[in-house]
Amino acid sequence: MAAAAATASSLHGVGAAAAAKPRSAAPAARRSVRVAAAGSSRGRLVARNAVAAKADEAAAAAGSKSGGHEVLMFEALREALIEEMNLDPTVCVMGEDVGHYGGSYKVTKGLADMFGDLRVLDTPIAENSFTGMGVGAAMKGLRPVVEGMNMGFLLLAYNQISNNCGMLHYTSGGQFKIPIVIRGPGGVGRQLGAEHSQRLESYFQSIPGLQMVACSTPYNAKGLMKAAIRSENPVVLFEHVLLYNLKEKIPDEEYICCLEEAEMVRPGEHVTILTYSRMRYHVMQAAKTLVNKGYDPEVIDIRSLKPFDLHTIGNSIKKTHRVLIVEECMRTGGIGASLRSAIIDNFWDYLDAPIMCLSSQDVPTPYAATLEDATVVQPAQIVAAVEQICQ
Amino acid sequence: MAVWLARASHLARRAAARVPPLLRPRHGDPRPWFLGSPPPVLGSPAAVEGGLRGFCSVRRFAGESGSAAVAAAADDEEPETGLTAGDQAVDFPGGKVSFVAEMNFIPESQRERINCYRVLDDDGRTISGSRFQEVSKEVALKMYSDMVTLQIMDTIFYEAQRQGRISFYLTSNGEEAINIASAAALTIDDIVLPQYREPGVLLWRGFTLQEFANQCFGNKLDYGKGRQMPIHYGSNRLNYFTVSSPIATQIPHAVGAAYSLKMDKKDACAITYFGDGGTSEGDFHAALNFAAVLEAPVIFFCRNNGWAISTPTAEQFRSDGAVIRGQAYGIRSIRVDGNDALAVYSAVHAAREMAVSEGRPILVEALTYRVGHHSTSDDSTKYRPVDEIEHWRTARDPISRYRKWVQRNGWWSDAEESELRSKVRQELLQAIQIAERAPKPPLSELFTDVYDQIPSNLHEQEQMLRDMVKKHPADYPTDVPV
Repeated sequence: MAAAAATASSLHGVGAAAAAKPRSAAPAARRSVRVAAAGSSRGRLVARNAVAAKADEAAAAAGSKSGGHEVLMFEALREALIEEMNLDPTVCVMGEDVGHYGGSYKVTKGLADMFGDLRVLDTPIAENSFTGMGVGAAMKGLRPVVEGMNMGFLLLAYNQISNNCGMLHYTSGGQFKIPIVIRGPGGVGRQLGAEHSQRLESYFQSIPGLQMVACSTPYNAKGLMKAAIRSENPVVLFEHVLLYNLKEKIPDEEYICCLEEAEMVRPGEHVTILTYSRMRYHVMQAAKTLVNKGYDPEVIDIRSLKPFDLHTIGNSIKKTHRVLIVEECMRTGGIGASLRSAIIDNFWDYLDAPIMCLSSQDVPTPYAATLEDATVVQPAQIVAAVEQICQ
Repeated sequence: MAVWLARASHLARRAAARVPPLLRPRHGDPRPWFLGSPPPVLGSPAAVEGGLRGFCSVRRFAGESGSAAVAAAADDEEPETGLTAGDQAVDFPGGKVSFVAEMNFIPESQRERINCYRVLDDDGRTISGSRFQEVSKEVALKMYSDMVTLQIMDTIFYEAQRQGRISFYLTSNGEEAINIASAAALTIDDIVLPQYREPGVLLWRGFTLQEFANQCFGNKLDYGKGRQMPIHYGSNRLNYFTVSSPIATQIPHAVGAAYSLKMDKKDACAITYFGDGGTSEGDFHAALNFAAVLEAPVIFFCRNNGWAISTPTAEQFRSDGAVIRGQAYGIRSIRVDGNDALAVYSAVHAAREMAVSEGRPILVEALTYRVGHHSTSDDSTKYRPVDEIEHWRTARDPISRYRKWVQRNGWWSDAEESELRSKVRQELLQAIQIAERAPKPPLSELFTDVYDQIPSNLHEQEQMLRDMVKKHPADYPTDVPV
């Protein structure tokens, strides 16, 4: 959590100011918060360097001056939505059952009562169309947050996401922008069956014009949601079905996370393990075993799936010279496949061993629990892979 | 569960409040002239008596003797209206529904097609008794001259494509009245989401011939920065969303734009255009449904021009065109003669008023004909008879029909006609020359606007490309700035 601490503390002073400013000054406040996050000269992208100090076990947000408060991940996402909707009247939410029902995972619970039916819109069942509606509203000046009840259903919205979301800013010559956030739960859950257990981050990664992030902790969930809403670009925010009830203490004061930045979870010396979303927890579990066996893995949660934070990743590779990618995405054409390719392009000279990539099987997720477990990467495989790389 | 039931009855109350009362007196009718008679409430005695019973074939089960006897008995005791004594209305999701003992299937089509609203006859005379929205001489003349300009623009750009000067073009031949008259009935604040056969709306709003030419030639003055193929115009200044090729994707966008207008409580609506083919796309259906549920101020304008490339409407749908579908979604609809400029103007004017003041969507189906080929990549004589095309090009031409009306008003003369035509032609040819000679967008515009700021990976790609061009200049065109 060290990097998180750094981000939080650097934003502390500005954050308080941002929270206090009235609505009309919100754009100015937003800008100043963003500049603070972008400390280094690289501007918007890949701003904060990971802090090199060893992370401690405690999940407390160390930078929080006022003690922080405990939230579950879905509450963190909700907090982000509430804060942004209060700051900016153009932010609105649309999706199935997001209004009075509060969303299938309760991320939007209570929002309809707070902001009204129009700003928290229950839509009929037509993913392509409410995503298209979000695109039209965004082109007209709103900042919609579109919820897919499950990321798998967003395949129905693929036409609008690819042909319009990603394209219209470019094809209109910059005349129309689409500051939309498309979010929803994905990933393999507990026996939800093939259609509800999709790992399709990679399906979207080729679409020009899109940004993709995957949150994995309450802290980064809130920070990424806020950053995504404030971004002028369309952002797809991948949440994971099994992570909604994760508990963590997050700062009381306002903070955002940089969309393009990876998160240093555990600094180390022997091998760079790149992961995201739920697999981060499998990796950390494997890390315990590895530490007992005498290994010192460096674990990075890449968070930004498009574009990759090659700055943080590169620094790590230059240190460890060995890379293991652990993802929930499919082996064929997955995020890992692209990441591997990007690493080879950029850091070939620093590698002492072939890059290993652990992905889920190229099968639709089966229902039976044993089969489902065998579909995704398990900690034992991660331990074995590290041992192989480091020999 | 309780919450759901409460919502259902709440929705039912709202729905009930919206249905116009059946027996409102016609005299002193506060309803605007264009709304016509209130729709019948289904299940009412009037509707049943009026002929629904006689209309559809009532099927009786030819079963065993037992059921036949029961059927016979039921026959005897049924009163003429078809309502039995036990009729009651019962709550179901969505509201009260009356029961009926007769099993009647709603027929697949009504006995008569929905009527088509028209103001001018084929000879450009106002039909006696027709009611329409008056236009001032100024507006009428602008409408006419823009229709002529659109026609000339189409002719010349089409020729330019044939000469190889632009890569592609798509005409609006035969749909000039739709283009211009609908635009004239809107305000500049209304958001337009076109399909691709509506450049006339842009023209009406002030897009110049030079701006059209720049886009078609994809030069560096194109607002789209050379990124889209010809006719994919867009102008945020004129509230005309950039054309996107896939069919009907703009229809849900329109609902979103209307939603935004509604949130801002603006005195404006969204309007989206699409063809008969576009009504088959899933986006059409879902968007109409959404707009009705959301009560969004949007006009859905269907240009039913008979053809979707080579697919005639008979192979596109089996419904009575697009207009009949409006009611299925709870949307007020009208069918209008798309080649009658005044009818289109009146209908859109009325639609806009209703959309904005009542916060509701309206469906307008304009019947017309696609006189030109689908595009320069199409030869429509392959799938339709030449004399059909010629008939619509000449006898049913919307421009000459409207001109007759304008001339009869004493507002236009033949001399002005030839002057206008030659002036537009001159201007356009010059605009094309200028556009053709203007430089293309530089390589630096290849990577901008993908995101709001260029990310590092695209910077890298741009650098690699520049290095390549520098290293091998002979392999790259010299007239494209880097």
